[in-house]
Amino acid sequence: MTALAHNLEKQTLVTLRTITEPHPGSLDTYVKLGGYAQLKRIVTEKVKATDIITQIKLSNLRGRGGAGFPTGLKWSFMPRYYDGTKYLVCNTDEGEPGTFKDRDIIRYNPHQLIEGMAIAAYTLGARVGYNYIHGEIWEDYEIFEAALAEARAAGYIGENLFGSNFSFDLHAVHGYGAYICGEETALIESIEGKKGQPRFKPPFPASFGVFGKPTNVNNTESYASIPWIMQHGGEAFQNLGVYNSGGTKLFSVSGHVVNPGNYEVRMGTPFTELLEMAGGIWKGRELKAVIPGGPSTAVMPAKNILGATLDYDGLSKAGSSLGAGSMIVMDDSTCMVKALKRLSYFFFEESCGQCTPCREGTGWLYRVIKRISEGQGRMEDLDLLTDVSSNISGRTICALGDAAATPVLSFVKHFRPEFEYYIQHGRSMVENRE
Amino acid sequence: MLSAESIQKIEYELTKYPADRRQAAVMSALRIAQTEKGWLSKETISFVSSYLGIPDIAAMEVATFYNMYELEPVGKYKITVCTNISCMLRDSDSIVEHLNHKLGIGFNETTPDGKFTLKEGECMGTCGGAPLFHINNTRMCEFLTPEKVDQILEELN
Repeated sequence: MTALAHNLEKQTLVTLRTITEPHPGSLDTYVKLGGYAQLKRIVTEKVKATDIITQIKLSNLRGRGGAGFPTGLKWSFMPRYYDGTKYLVCNTDEGEPGTFKDRDIIRYNPHQLIEGMAIAAYTLGARVGYNYIHGEIWEDYEIFEAALAEARAAGYIGENLFGSNFSFDLHAVHGYGAYICGEETALIESIEGKKGQPRFKPPFPASFGVFGKPTNVNNTESYASIPWIMQHGGEAFQNLGVYNSGGTKLFSVSGHVVNPGNYEVRMGTPFTELLEMAGGIWKGRELKAVIPGGPSTAVMPAKNILGATLDYDGLSKAGSSLGAGSMIVMDDSTCMVKALKRLSYFFFEESCGQCTPCREGTGWLYRVIKRISEGQGRMEDLDLLTDVSSNISGRTICALGDAAATPVLSFVKHFRPEFEYYIQHGRSMVENRE
Repeated sequence: MLSAESIQKIEYELTKYPADRRQAAVMSALRIAQTEKGWLSKETISFVSSYLGIPDIAAMEVATFYNMYELEPVGKYKITVCTNISCMLRDSDSIVEHLNHKLGIGFNETTPDGKFTLKEGECMGTCGGAPLFHINNTRMCEFLTPEKVDQILEELN
């Protein structure tokens, strides 16, 4: 199996460190590169949980699923003294358009994720773990199941690891087509065999998670960073990145670039470097816009992103956010009305239906944009879109409502003349032009 | 109602959860049932719920909520094309048009010989390989071109 990857020599490989090997996903490869040594050291030397959390805090690892919440702080929320089963959950339910990084971890470096989860389980006292995998990537789910069987047979997960009294069972579970299950409480509902409708928070999963038990939920890339941090120390991981954004980040680059794919680079890397690694804009065209972290982050016109660095603060200063690092790149032939129409349909289709503002509002947004794209738009529709978006935002149980509003607000804000042109002329400003 | 092989697979899924949490296996049990039967009839869903010892409605809620379950018969090969933004930017429209033309059907239709069903999918989390589709919820086909689509269809025929 050869991984599809470009410009590997320019990347800083942490979570995908096996990818240059001939058989990147195998247990032998991972062990050869020093894999599972940290787990063994921690368990046999009985390293204190507080010392591990200190290293994670020092590393400045922030949640890679999109929210960017500090991982070490999240871990400290788990009740230390709890008389019963605690759970560990990994969120590999990538369904945010443009996001496909965790897929490469589970197919090219699954053991690093398993080791990271086992270290987390040891630290947090979790006895059982679930890795919830996006239903559509079935072949990769099977690869992960096979990796789990390998790890179990080799004694890296299971009962009394390395002769200690620490036991950890890890299972793969799958979704079956629901974007909302990437939201952690919807994901927990789904693990329990229910519709994926988010729970009201609080209580947070740390006190009421899977089967009502204390549960820690992190993203795949976050867990996969843990073994590296434990090997090199929290400070070394922080130093890979920049202030407030430790380590490396996997960027999923899709759309109008020559070489779409995943690129693991240091936090703080200039956007232009990443774009160059991906071969630049295809067909010799010009960059028009980028959605930097998946559609729940604001679209950025070329001029705003070209000077930006890729880290939490860098993108926030430039007017958007890092999200999951899902770079959707659009060239100057892209019709923003058509792009927004597709995104609005997505949120309408994927709203779980629980909260009225989101269930009804996403449908309104889609229908208004659709009518503009069919030449039936009215100028006041642009204010209507802003109004509906503002009335969804912040009025729902989970963040899907805000996610649906963000593209509408940012597309109309940055590309308003294109929308106005469409309304006035009944056709696109950019498509089929001479 | 389900084959011994399917039951064995459901039993494996049940080992992942506490013994008193059989409902947790409903997602995979329905997936296993669908793989065997091709789609989920009310009878199949009821069988799954009674096997797990949960109310029918609990299994029905799951079957109707998640997109990849089929509540009506589909062709031998269900082709689900992603048309979301990253695929759209890589011209998934041309793949859809090509399939429409080759198979003579639109979305949510099945060829008269019962061989192919075409569906529109939402983001599959594999956007680096756009444009793409998957077949029968399992096989991912990426970097599609009309020629590559022809090859795949020929192979399935």
